[in-house]
Amino acid sequence: MANFRLNGESRELDIEPEMPLLWALRDELGMTGTKFGCGIGNCGACTVQVDGNAARSCITPVSAVEGRDVTTIEGLATALGGDELTPVQQAWIDHQVPQCGYCQSGMIMAASSLLARIPAPSDADIDATITNICRCGSYPRMRKAIHAAAAAMAVDATA
Amino acid sequence: MNKPKLSRRKFLLVSAVAGGGVLIGYAATRPSRHRVANDTLAEGGERFVTSWIRLQPDNRITVYVPHSEMGQGIHTALGQMAADELDADWELVDIEQAPATDLFANDAIVKGFGEELLPPFLTGVVNASALTVARIANLQTTGGSSSVRYTGENTIRVAGAAARQMLLQCAAERWGVPLAECSTELSHVHHSASGRSLAYGELAEAAARMEPPENPVLKEPSQFNLMGKAISRRDIPAKVDGSAPYGIDAHSEDMLYAALRLAPVFGAKLVSVDAGQALAQRGVRRVVELEDGYAVVADNYWRAKQALELVEATFESTENDKVSSAMLAERFDAALAGDNGSEDFESGDADAALEAAGDVLEASYRVPYLAHAAMEPMNSTMHIQGDRAELWTSTQDALAIKARAASTAGLREDDVTYHHSYLGGGFGRRLPFTWNVIDHAALIAREFDVPVKTILTREEDMRQDYYRPAVHSNFRAAFDGEGRVTAWRNRFTGPIQVPGAAHIPYAIPNQSIRVVDVETHVPIASWRSVDHSQQTFFIESFIDEIAHRAGVNPYQLRMDLLQEHPRHRNVLQVAAEAAGYGSGLPEGHALGLAVQESFGSIAAQVAEVSIGDDGRAIVHKVTCAMDCGWAVNPDGAEAQIESGIIFGLTAALHGAITIENGQVVQGNFPDYEMLRMATTPEIVVHLVESGNPPGGLGEPATPPVAAAVANAIYILTGQRIRELPIGDREFTLDRSLAGNV
Repeated sequence: MANFRLNGESRELDIEPEMPLLWALRDELGMTGTKFGCGIGNCGACTVQVDGNAARSCITPVSAVEGRDVTTIEGLATALGGDELTPVQQAWIDHQVPQCGYCQSGMIMAASSLLARIPAPSDADIDATITNICRCGSYPRMRKAIHAAAAAMAVDATA
Repeated sequence: MNKPKLSRRKFLLVSAVAGGGVLIGYAATRPSRHRVANDTLAEGGERFVTSWIRLQPDNRITVYVPHSEMGQGIHTALGQMAADELDADWELVDIEQAPATDLFANDAIVKGFGEELLPPFLTGVVNASALTVARIANLQTTGGSSSVRYTGENTIRVAGAAARQMLLQCAAERWGVPLAECSTELSHVHHSASGRSLAYGELAEAAARMEPPENPVLKEPSQFNLMGKAISRRDIPAKVDGSAPYGIDAHSEDMLYAALRLAPVFGAKLVSVDAGQALAQRGVRRVVELEDGYAVVADNYWRAKQALELVEATFESTENDKVSSAMLAERFDAALAGDNGSEDFESGDADAALEAAGDVLEASYRVPYLAHAAMEPMNSTMHIQGDRAELWTSTQDALAIKARAASTAGLREDDVTYHHSYLGGGFGRRLPFTWNVIDHAALIAREFDVPVKTILTREEDMRQDYYRPAVHSNFRAAFDGEGRVTAWRNRFTGPIQVPGAAHIPYAIPNQSIRVVDVETHVPIASWRSVDHSQQTFFIESFIDEIAHRAGVNPYQLRMDLLQEHPRHRNVLQVAAEAAGYGSGLPEGHALGLAVQESFGSIAAQVAEVSIGDDGRAIVHKVTCAMDCGWAVNPDGAEAQIESGIIFGLTAALHGAITIENGQVVQGNFPDYEMLRMATTPEIVVHLVESGNPPGGLGEPATPPVAAAVANAIYILTGQRIRELPIGDREFTLDRSLAGNV
């Protein structure tokens, strides 16, 4: 049995402990916002958050999230205490970041985790942290959106 | 090859639909299609016809877009075009992908590409595909950077303008006033003299009974309200909260999952499998044997994938089992040495000019195979129940993929329902003629009565692609006594997928450009910008070589030889000025440039490059000036240009698919590296509005960047790059050329 909280709700699954979280989410739970890209933890399309930290779910066995909090793109806004879009998601729209969009769930999860850790990241912080692949090349817009989200969150924090 | 017969008559079609709405559409169409449509789809007194715009009684408007949304923003751009001509309130406009039925086949693309015949890269003829060429008469193809310039200009705008004119006329009749006194704005018709207004929705039923105008007048650019504006894309909100559906997201409780392994040597057949161990694994339902591979079907994809590794299989040996990239390169060189090929373009007498030349420059270029590596691995879900089926797959042509799946599964096309989704990247990979695994997915699904989702692992996706071909190109240039270039001779390996891609805009009096087709067992097809991706690297590098040999600044030489091409000159000038060409650069930096016309647009790019401490090239900035005529959505245009540059630069620095023992070596991103956040240069885009018809934007930014970078590296190092990729090469600075910018 695998037990973890997914976007705030307890989940129990009768699956192998070594099954990657990605496939537990997609195939067992029908949560398809988290994407399969490479299967080896390289491209980041499958990025979720485990206890708030970005994790590549295609190489994270469910045994590693036993009893922990898993947040996926579907639960991102809720996890931050709201049901509206998060500042990161809003910045993604404002800067028209996604193209095909397939990598963007993972990108947004990675960027959100970065901003939780480093509220005002430098370009070097972004380069070092956002190592996911976007085949459409939305990187320049993504960088702008991360800075914009950081600024918006700083304003929110002082308001 | 048979040329498809296409009617050139254009019909405007109007019909009443259930609920009192009206559908309006332009299509060059064949009567047989109408008969089929009416036989199969019309109910009661309705008459359904090919249609792109639907007016509803509640005043909402639906624009049906016959193209796939793969990140290029086409749903929004075509929606803008229709709504603007219609003077619609954008807030009341919905955009839907046209259903994958004959009724919504899109002939505009066929006409746009030259009336009779689509280029080979869109028809798949270079692949000797299983599908017949005649199939292309029914198209929902998204490719060739054609959606705005053909479908948008020739169909969607016309439909919008016709609808507006009909609504005006209806209102004028209802009010009993001259049509000239009526105007349209924000989905309403107004009669200012009497202060009366009617919503479009109130006129829809009357409009449905009207004869449509034969030649509706399109707006002039000065009248545009929505076209030319950076309107937010409609597909983006669903792409930031995980709700946007991709083909791979088709899901049901009872579905099964297939992991597929195909013959590693292209063309080999499966001999035998030992599935015993795989079948004993949890969740595994069956191992399906196919002609050229096998699949493990399980109740979870991971289980299927794990069990796939436990299958022991034997494939037949083939004559290609020892083939390597080195052997193929020798084959290409031998072909170019031994065969004068067939004519691509001839002008003057290049051989005579080379004979008489004071100086001759020779250079051999080559590029490797490239995989598409779309982020969404190739996949397809099919649910076959008796003689009917449902299909989910991300495709660049829903109609054709439906037809192909139906044909493979032994079903009638009309008995297959296709469900649309977004594409997790296309880039040519998801064109129907090269979407090979659709066949395997259909054959696997036929074995079960529940939906089966077949997904390629990343490794299979990379190793079972249809690749950008490996190409060699041998040049000779002749110079007269004054150093003027008098001849351009090029022999390159084919096949040609985009006619004209190897032609040059430069005024060189004697030209001989010929292609030598070379067969290999490696499947090839279109890859973003198709032939331009390699030809522009070749041409724009060699013209740079000519400039340096002649002792002329590469920018100046291009400008001198482009006197007949003012649009090329203009974008070169804009890009050069924006990049600071000829002015001060940081120490150790150099600029290289390239210009190319493709898919109706002209792109000039300037790359700013330095050499790092490790000897590797660092691309700091790419400046692009793009003459795309005019841009329907300038922000979307810039996004496509950024994307195209990063795609081209990824290939220039890292892209290489190599063959060993007949098989593709690379399998996943660590050995087929991509540009990422940290390695993406600053990109500066200048849209140049030339007033010409809109050009393509999905592809034209990709071709020039490789040559621009290579030309900068030459300035820095004196080393001429004649082979891609260059990311792992180590260079030594040589500042003797620094004065050449």
